[in-house]
Amino acid sequence: MFLSVFSAISLYAVPVIILAILASGILRNVKIYEAFTEGASEGISTVIKILPQLVGILTAVGVFRASGALDFVIKLLTPAATLLGIPAEAMPLALLRPVSGSASLALVSDIIREYGPDSYAGRVVSTMMGSTETIFYTLAVYYGAVGIKNIRYTLAAALIADGVSVIASAWICALVFGR
Amino acid sequence: MEYIWAGLLAIGFVAGILSGRLEEVTKAAFDSAGRAVELSIGLLGIICLWSGLMKIMEKSGVINIIARMARPFLRILFPQLIGNDRAMGAIVMNLAANFMGLGNAATPLGIKAMQELQKVNTRKDTASDAMCMFLVLNTSAIQLIPATVIAIRSDAGSAAPAEITSCIWAASLCASIAGITAVNVFRRLGKVGQREIPGQGDRSLVPPGGTRDLSPCPGKLYHQPGRRVRGRPLSYGNGNAEKKKTG
Repeated sequence: MFLSVFSAISLYAVPVIILAILASGILRNVKIYEAFTEGASEGISTVIKILPQLVGILTAVGVFRASGALDFVIKLLTPAATLLGIPAEAMPLALLRPVSGSASLALVSDIIREYGPDSYAGRVVSTMMGSTETIFYTLAVYYGAVGIKNIRYTLAAALIADGVSVIASAWICALVFGR
Repeated sequence: MEYIWAGLLAIGFVAGILSGRLEEVTKAAFDSAGRAVELSIGLLGIICLWSGLMKIMEKSGVINIIARMARPFLRILFPQLIGNDRAMGAIVMNLAANFMGLGNAATPLGIKAMQELQKVNTRKDTASDAMCMFLVLNTSAIQLIPATVIAIRSDAGSAAPAEITSCIWAASLCASIAGITAVNVFRRLGKVGQREIPGQGDRSLVPPGGTRDLSPCPGKLYHQPGRRVRGRPLSYGNGNAEKKKTG
């Protein structure tokens, strides 16, 4: 019930929004097709600006992961994570998540299949996956689009939020479902 | 960004040499580069579509209406943007799309928001406080229905695939609060090192009409809470080139 209502909402959201936009344009006497093509051609230059940034970031991340450096960091951090109440099974995800969205998704399916979706580890990785973002990708796309080179404290602040999310996922699941 | 990028690559290649996985590492480099191009091309159509739709909204004034509705909430987080309807509208649209889980729509709208923020950014190669706040909010944002996770769980035979939804909301909320706090702390810390230099902050040095002060009280540029005080007058189109990146 809960789910079917929500899936209906997400099914209708995009068409309804597009229709509302078109209707608002017509009501306000905007030349909608002309405005649309004008905006769309701006979109092309945006993508061209993002491309080099994405190649740079994804290559660096790919190299870092394939070299085994990420696994090493995971091993290094596991004792500290256990101390914070994060299950060891969820540690690889916690570190992979900000770096790669598709790899995280694969990892979540893997952990869930291995430990069961209704186990403590399964619930924690589900919560983690849902409450965190692929930070490196997001920053590369958004800052790349406007040519920002010095991102100041953005990464630090985003990683703090991510870390809080990871710890909160473990604690909340322990609280709600028990270990 | 310079150091992070160089660090990831250097550590990766050195670790690759040490672990004898150099071949895989090199392959990963080329594969990732190819994947980045695929991703960009995959984004091309969607970004054009939403950029076009955004243009219609902009011209019909819908963006202003949305921005006005969200103003009470956003003015707390983005004091710099009061009066800047286009930036606020784009930010709201992006956060709303994220909230609804419309990933495809959220990215172009977020890029639009960044472009609006860049217009009022005084140093074009450096992130403004508003940009930092926006991206941290964006990466920690709450999603109404975590559809992907629910799908994976039900696929794996969970008795209640959607039971983690409220946990995800709670964890996201914690993350957003932590992120907003972190941005505010960093912003204060950054200010300590960037005290106004006497004389240079003088308003007489600001060229008349040369600033883009979109605040409701133009001229009070240097006295607004939340607005970064910079050691040079705001000028457009020059003076940015010599400021080289440090992060």
